[in-house]
Amino acid sequence: MSEAGPAATKGRGLDVARIRADFPILSREIYGHPLVYFDSAATSQKPRQVIDALVNYYERHNANIHRAVHRLGEEATAAYEDARMRVAQFINAPSPECIVFTRNTTESINLVAYTWGRANVDAGDEILLTPLEHHSNIIPWQRLVAEKGARLRYFGLTTDQQLALDNLDELLNERTRLLTITQVSNAIGTINPVAELIERAHAQGTPVLVDGAQSAPHMPVDVQALDCDFFAFSAHKMLGPTGVGVLYARRELLEEMEPFLGGGEMIKRVTLEDATWNDVPAKFEAGTPNIADVVAFRAALDYLEGLGMENVRAHEEEITEYALRRLRQLEELTIYGPPDASQRGGVVSFNFGDVHAHDVGTILDRHGVAIRAGHHCAQPLMGALGVPGTVRASFYVYNTQEEVDVMVEALREVHTFFGDGAR
Amino acid sequence: MAPVNDEYARQEAELDDLYREVILDHYRNPRHRGSLESPTVSHEGYNPLCGDQVTVSLRMDGGVIRDIAFSGQGCSISQSSASMMTEAVAGKTEAEAEALFRDFTAMMQGTEEEAPESLGDLEALMGVRKFPVRVKCATLAWHTLEEALQSLREGGG
Repeated sequence: MSEAGPAATKGRGLDVARIRADFPILSREIYGHPLVYFDSAATSQKPRQVIDALVNYYERHNANIHRAVHRLGEEATAAYEDARMRVAQFINAPSPECIVFTRNTTESINLVAYTWGRANVDAGDEILLTPLEHHSNIIPWQRLVAEKGARLRYFGLTTDQQLALDNLDELLNERTRLLTITQVSNAIGTINPVAELIERAHAQGTPVLVDGAQSAPHMPVDVQALDCDFFAFSAHKMLGPTGVGVLYARRELLEEMEPFLGGGEMIKRVTLEDATWNDVPAKFEAGTPNIADVVAFRAALDYLEGLGMENVRAHEEEITEYALRRLRQLEELTIYGPPDASQRGGVVSFNFGDVHAHDVGTILDRHGVAIRAGHHCAQPLMGALGVPGTVRASFYVYNTQEEVDVMVEALREVHTFFGDGAR
Repeated sequence: MAPVNDEYARQEAELDDLYREVILDHYRNPRHRGSLESPTVSHEGYNPLCGDQVTVSLRMDGGVIRDIAFSGQGCSISQSSASMMTEAVAGKTEAEAEALFRDFTAMMQGTEEEAPESLGDLEALMGVRKFPVRVKCATLAWHTLEEALQSLREGGG
């Protein structure tokens, strides 16, 4: 464990009391109640170690990278590239050159759509995706196929919102140029069988992009074992700062792809007429990047590694199972997604009768319980569920079963205003 | 612990103020909900942040709102506000409806303790102000009405 390491773990589980002490914001009161933060799928809270790393960078090492000959420039460059190395280790990428820093998962996916997509998708081609995708893994592809005269194909869903695989042979065919799929649904928590699907796709030469925004923070990820071609995720959902995203890609793909943005840092030689591109990954990092937040992201990865990603997953599975059990006792609730906690991430999405999610959200908020209410940037999925939105509670390393109890109690107050929720 | 208990009580009171009985009544039993057979104008309002959607249809007769209907989906505040609006503007002239729109949106954005008398029952929605993210729910139907009247003036419908 590093010197600024996280709380020690006890056996398989997490020492949540010690973890909570590392997160300054968790001592806040909201409307006179202790904060219950159940919105980590939107963004996680940050431990003191990450906040300190950010402050320390600005107080001691701040300089631009890859261009200065002075000492601070060297230190900043080393810290930035160390972070890249750390990210590569964290997802078991074969080398740090496979790691491109972006702003967020959305930008990572757009980068692939604009560069790889434009060069490889033609009229008549198909891109296969699922109705569980976040808008960030739908819109870039809608725009690409509109430009190219290609088309999108979607998996169907089972009644408990898992992927229907019965027509896989028809969906994944010789016209499929890309399978792009989320590993864990942000809206309802479904874990997709990405490893099996990647194997099937590769068997016929279709590359696969995995949206890891909701998996990398919550479970062990090994991109080589998965054998995915692209993997995208965001720092801010995994204890890190906002403004840092990651795109992992197989090195040979990065080599052949055209740059995304043009400018400083991504070039080798520039004349008045043209230029040659820098090596990967610098080719994809035009302009001064988000150095400080990348450096602080490293502290977040150290923290998570200190806890152990298997322990993180076990803790979330436990709390999710408890939440499902408690919430099922409220007969007004409709709970979405797979019934078994082992088949879902730390996300429970539900509705209280016909009461709109925002009304439930407001009542919970006044009890200090922060949940997400709405469509979760997954309107196609909400359409499939036949609801305008859901209430989503999402859990992380600092959450406890007692907090689930607080939410369940607060939900009873929905009765006070809306009865059993029937219109 | 007294301050905390006071805070609890205050939050309960604010929730009571948000979900006043008159609001919940319009939510459960919406007035003028549906569509008109041959509307003079029909306009859709949408809030992309929360997905609330309201369609307002008007049948005009010599500058008077002879008939009005709304449809849509959304939270209790957006739907009850739409229902209350239809009652408030039915039978009113275009100018009177415009005046109500201005008074209502001013009330929702303002800080005055008292609502203008012209608003009548609509005063019940004043409690929404304590919930800033919900104010746009209460004003959605009104902005949709305003846009519908605007499109009439521009020669639509």
